[in-house]
Amino acid sequence: MSTFLEVKNLHVSFPTEDGAVLASNDVSYSVALGETLAIVGESGSGKSVANLAVMGLHNPQRTKISGSAILHLPEGPIDVLSAPNETVRRLRGKAMSMIFQDPMSALHPFYTIGDQIAEAWALYNEGSKADGIKRAVEMLDLVGIPDASKRVHEYPHQFSGGMRQRVMIAMALVNNPSLLIADEPTTALDVTVQSQILRLLADLQKEFNMAVILITHDLGVVAEVADRVSVMYSGRVVESAPIDEIFYNTTHPYTRGLLNSIPRVDNNGIGTRLKAIPGQPPSLISVPKGCAFEARCEFASHVSGGLCHAVNPDLVEKAPSHFGRCHLTGQQVIEIANQNNGVK
Amino acid sequence: MAENILELQNLKKHFPTTSGGLFNRQKGVVKAVDGVSLSIGVGETVGLVGESGCGKTTAGRTVMKLYEPTEGKILFQGEDITNYSRHQMMPFRSQMQMIFQDPFASLNPRHTVGTIVGASYDIHGIKPAGGVENAVRDLLERVGLNPEHINRFPHEFSGGQRQRIGIARAIALKPKLIVADEPVSALDVSIQAQVVNLLDDLQQEFGLSYLFVAHDLSVVQHISDRVVVMYLGKVMESAPTQSLFSSPRHPYTKALLSAVPIPDPKIERARERILLQGDLPSPVNPPAGCVFNTRCWKAQDTCRTVVPEPVQIAPNHILACHYPEPAK
Ligand SMILES: Nc1ncnc2c1ncn2[C@@H]1O[C@H](COP(=O)(O)OP(=O)(O)OP(=O)(O)O)[C@@H](O)[C@H]1O
Ligand SMILES: Nc1ncnc2c1ncn2[C@@H]1O[C@H](COP(=O)(O)OP(=O)(O)OP(=O)(O)O)[C@@H](O)[C@H]1O
Ligand code: SF4
Ligand code: SF4
Ligand SMILES: [Mg+2]
Ligand SMILES: [Mg+2]
Repeated sequence: MSTFLEVKNLHVSFPTEDGAVLASNDVSYSVALGETLAIVGESGSGKSVANLAVMGLHNPQRTKISGSAILHLPEGPIDVLSAPNETVRRLRGKAMSMIFQDPMSALHPFYTIGDQIAEAWALYNEGSKADGIKRAVEMLDLVGIPDASKRVHEYPHQFSGGMRQRVMIAMALVNNPSLLIADEPTTALDVTVQSQILRLLADLQKEFNMAVILITHDLGVVAEVADRVSVMYSGRVVESAPIDEIFYNTTHPYTRGLLNSIPRVDNNGIGTRLKAIPGQPPSLISVPKGCAFEARCEFASHVSGGLCHAVNPDLVEKAPSHFGRCHLTGQQVIEIANQNNGVK
Repeated sequence: MAENILELQNLKKHFPTTSGGLFNRQKGVVKAVDGVSLSIGVGETVGLVGESGCGKTTAGRTVMKLYEPTEGKILFQGEDITNYSRHQMMPFRSQMQMIFQDPFASLNPRHTVGTIVGASYDIHGIKPAGGVENAVRDLLERVGLNPEHINRFPHEFSGGQRQRIGIARAIALKPKLIVADEPVSALDVSIQAQVVNLLDDLQQEFGLSYLFVAHDLSVVQHISDRVVVMYLGKVMESAPTQSLFSSPRHPYTKALLSAVPIPDPKIERARERILLQGDLPSPVNPPAGCVFNTRCWKAQDTCRTVVPEPVQIAPNHILACHYPEPAK
């Protein structure tokens, strides 16, 4: 698989009256064609902000961005963070495309579904309006909207939440993008519709050899579709590894906390207590100089000399292809966790 | 659990519609809740699940009498409150409370937390010992908020903290029943766990009963003693949590459970899924016969003409299906 997007040392901050909000703090990640990278992490940890920067969708007047985001296009690599606006605009929709967190606000209420898809198609294709609508019907069919040739003329409010989400997917895919960034594409949906949509994305990914970035807080969904996972906390990537490594060889205390806090339908957790992570993440305005997870970390006491409080750990390779940002080694974290759980 | 705190008998809530969208202007009714029966014992938690739009919120709001029921009965501690006026409901208001689906929309942004949580006392003319302010501070502490923050406004709190404010408000008058409408679905998993634990603690301490509405089945399984599965305004199956999850008998329940993603990649890879085709049909014009027949892989001719009546197949286990799954 060849790497398609490579984000390196991305910093994004928003100047506000109270100070600059550092929403992306030295973030790096990459995704290859045909691969699915899941980005997970606490609400407000910077998942959407980083990917909106890649798409070139932040307001340049109100945002400070540095770092690089290289797209490896067939005609050669291009850094979307330093490329002129006009160039980035021409990449959106075809080289890279995004499904936004809120489907209702991303669809225009006064235009028909068909017109909106046709308009996205017309950006990259020569053809009449009728050709565009024909393509829209094809796409609606593809994403499983029944009776597509009739419903293409309807308005967003006539579609259910699940159907609107599928329309968003149809629109994002109408020009066969190389990279699809899907931001919480199934959060508003119930499980049966969710699994239809995830299945659909997986099929389309195979068919078009797309690179997919899936942003979600549902670790069940991650387990179902991801090849690799990046875990974010407080504006930084704290762990990044192939899917099985993240679940079965978890080396970061925050990722552990996240995995431990979910109830599961398959383990009969009835009547037991959920293991919540106590407390809240720190402010993104006055970023602590040490590890951002320190105030909530039950492993910090195992690190000597107040190191967690004083020094922010680097993201280092803990095992082959497995990166973590913690002063403890992966082995130490696992041993401490086992001791705490009374496992031999 | 001998005594029931709440009993619903064939509850219906239909909304009249003036226009069904641009191409469909005929009048009709939305059968949002269409014959729901269930009971909740003292200290019991009953989970209410089902697809988006199947009528969960409407059922909850009708129980609270925020909507007037169209048909059927609501019994609170054995007393028929179905047709009680606003005035007659007053003594019950303090005993049944609701946590609303959206923690952002349900708190007045111009009021401090102290005012929001304290309002219940004023409305009901209750003077807590030690004064309202002390009582509110106690409540904030109970739900894990800093009592010092009593004068802050909702926007100064995170999503999880705002949900706790809603909970503090709901428990202020020590109700007997709380209708919790998706109390954790807007929260990410680590905060979700904090709130679920809090609801557990409050139940232990005050013997509260919950009607817990959610579409996240793993949370529902964790918190509920019994679970009611709805589809298009009707109850498809209801059973003790353990038996419902280990041996679902209704095809819809089975599909629902098979679709829940499990946070374990090895299990996920090995799993078989039942993929339902299509979307929930319109509640304005529900399918004849079994309402699930348009998406059910087991549907036969009978299913398209004859409504399956709910029958009790085991203690506390109710099922409405002509061709149920075999018991495991
Ligand atoms: N335009 C902005 N101005 C100031 N702060 C912002 C702006 N946009 C985002 N933020 C802040 O940046 C942080 C990261 O936001 P982001 O939307 O990336 O979070 P997220 O990880 O996607 O969270 P969620 O899971 O809730 O969607 C948050 O604390 C947010 O409040
Ligand atoms: N006030 C109303 N007037 C008309 N129709 C309504 C009204 N409230 C709800 N409905 C309709 O009744 C049906 C049930 O809605 P309800 O909000 O109870 O669903 P829900 O199960 O809570 O869904 P969700 O999981 O999305 O919250 C839907 O078709 C909805 O559009
Ligand atoms: S560096 Fe210290 S505080 Fe941070 S995660 Fe590791 S052990 Fe915890
Ligand atoms: S009654 Fe028929 S259509 Fe309905 S759930 Fe049972 S088998 Fe399926
Ligand atoms: Mg986001
Ligand atoms: Mg609802």
